Amino acid sequence: MIGLEGLVKYFHRGSVNEVLALAGIDLQLAAGDFVTVIGSNGAGKSTLLNAIAGTFPVDSGRIVVAGEEITNWPEHRRARLIGRVFQNPLLGSCPSATIEQNLALAALRGQTRGLAKGVKGRDRQRFGNELARLGLGLEKRLGDKVGLLSGGQRQALTMLMATLVRPEVLLLDEHIAALDPKTSTQILAITAEIVADGRLTTLMITHNMQHAISYGNRLLMLHQGKVLLDLSGPEKERLTVQDLIEQFHHAARGEELALDSLLLA
Amino acid sequence: MTFYAAVGAVEQGLVYGIMAIGVYLTFRILDFPDLTVDGSLPLGAAISAVAITAGLNPYLSLLLALLGGVLAGMVTAILNTRFKILHLLASILTMIALYSVNIRIMAGPNIALLGVATVFDPVVRLGVPPHYAGLAVFALFAGLVLAGIVWFLGTELGQVVLATGDNPQMVRSLGVDTRTIVVLGVGLSNGLVALSGALVAQNQGAADVGMGIGTIIAGLASVIIGETLFGCRTMARAFLAALLGSIVYRLAIAFALSLEIGAFRFNPSDLNLITALLVVAALIAPNLKRRLMER
Ligand SMILES: Nc1ncnc2c1ncn2[C@@H]1O[C@H](COP(=O)(O)OP(=O)(O)OP(=O)(O)O)[C@@H](O)[C@H]1O
Ligand SMILES: [Mg+2]
Repeated sequence: MIGLEGLVKYFHRGSVNEVLALAGIDLQLAAGDFVTVIGSNGAGKSTLLNAIAGTFPVDSGRIVVAGEEITNWPEHRRARLIGRVFQNPLLGSCPSATIEQNLALAALRGQTRGLAKGVKGRDRQRFGNELARLGLGLEKRLGDKVGLLSGGQRQALTMLMATLVRPEVLLLDEHIAALDPKTSTQILAITAEIVADGRLTTLMITHNMQHAISYGNRLLMLHQGKVLLDLSGPEKERLTVQDLIEQFHHAARGEELALDSLLLA
Repeated sequence: MTFYAAVGAVEQGLVYGIMAIGVYLTFRILDFPDLTVDGSLPLGAAISAVAITAGLNPYLSLLLALLGGVLAGMVTAILNTRFKILHLLASILTMIALYSVNIRIMAGPNIALLGVATVFDPVVRLGVPPHYAGLAVFALFAGLVLAGIVWFLGTELGQVVLATGDNPQMVRSLGVDTRTIVVLGVGLSNGLVALSGALVAQNQGAADVGMGIGTIIAGLASVIIGETLFGCRTMARAFLAALLGSIVYRLAIAFALSLEIGAFRFNPSDLNLITALLVVAALIAPNLKRRLMER
């Protein structure tokens, strides 16, 4: 579903501030893979997702999504295949527009827009049903401006907007990090449900090791722009938070990974 | 202020209100401060004047003027979105270039429109007294433009224009090229400004290359006065406020010009100062109001 080959991304290349954010990433994800991505600050997690979404061009490598090579596609063209939710709840929706207007914008993701009415009567019914699934009572507030919603409500709405048209790939960049613990649990549950229902191929960045272990079927740890750990199936299930923390420490000290001991444990 | 001066001010307010609606679109909706308008207003006037003089139907000449304005706006927006020139600078470049273009179009700095057909003729033929014809025609056009823009912003495409000013990142991640939308929006805005210029020229009987000076300031004054007095809770209300703000602005100026304080009178050349003071007053009024309410 996603194929990444030798992705390299520099920032400020050739200057004193040069950063190698992606140092050659090779990755194949199967359809329906739900991958959690961890790694210390600056490891390159956001850069990886941004590279897939087309926020910037990569310096070398290939990106294939759903059989289409999209390496040179501009961001808006890739949006036909990709749904995104950002860490900042303000980035995902339009505050001065109403809930239904935002959903109507999202319902046309990847399609050309014409002079038909923005919010159609038949949409309202569908939006109401979809919102009801979130269990936040937003279905009764279709006409409210999104600027009036709380961060959690906005993030739930963004989850819905990103998946209203089924994306081939869903990219979640610490999408619950800005929320209080109770709300983030709630949004995470909604996320898991939406991903499972749609069998969506998903990359979810998190700093919460427990979440990284208990959600999804595959786990990636990035370090200095490389994939340090790629676990799935029983290996992932056996993983504990303690194991992951040890790996972090190894990585931080620049030691070779004690992978064997981890996997044989 | 005489009754006729007041009628004249309302008339001006309506016709320049079409320009103010265009300015609202760039300045507030797209968050794109656009000085192109100082050039696209006389562009519309020039195109319309040349077309009418050449024997074209005055209403059709408005359409040409509108298209000319759209093109001018698109040039500014393309300079900004494709070539990454700062919006303010891009619009100044287009504005300066339009000065030469307008003189080329008119083959001189101005064209008089005396004894030619204008958009007012059919209205006069319907029996409207000639000194109210301007009022009638401008009210009609302002109303149509207002209804048109409110309709457009409710469409799929219009909703994207609104969202682009608010949250361009979201719009891109929903699959729309925000650059195209900015080109469309700034084009549309300048189309309206040029339409306004064409109507002004037909009303005052001349197109002049200098008639655009200060358009952006008058537009901003109208927008800000409108927002302060009439609010902007809904989209329709906000655009109506820009139009009404334009009328209030022209009335305020007519009033200021009619003042006689002892031997002192304002000159038309004091207009810029008056406008600046008006905008400042409108900007600080909400603050003052809040402070007074708190007491
Ligand atoms: N737009 C940018 N311009 C310059 N440098 C950048 C940019 N984006 C990221 N970087 C740099 O690239 C490296 C990887 O950053 P990235 O944001 O991908 O890290 P991350 O793993 O998402 O970290 P965090 O957990 O803090 O979000 C960092 O050194 C960062 O400073
Ligand atoms: Mg990050």
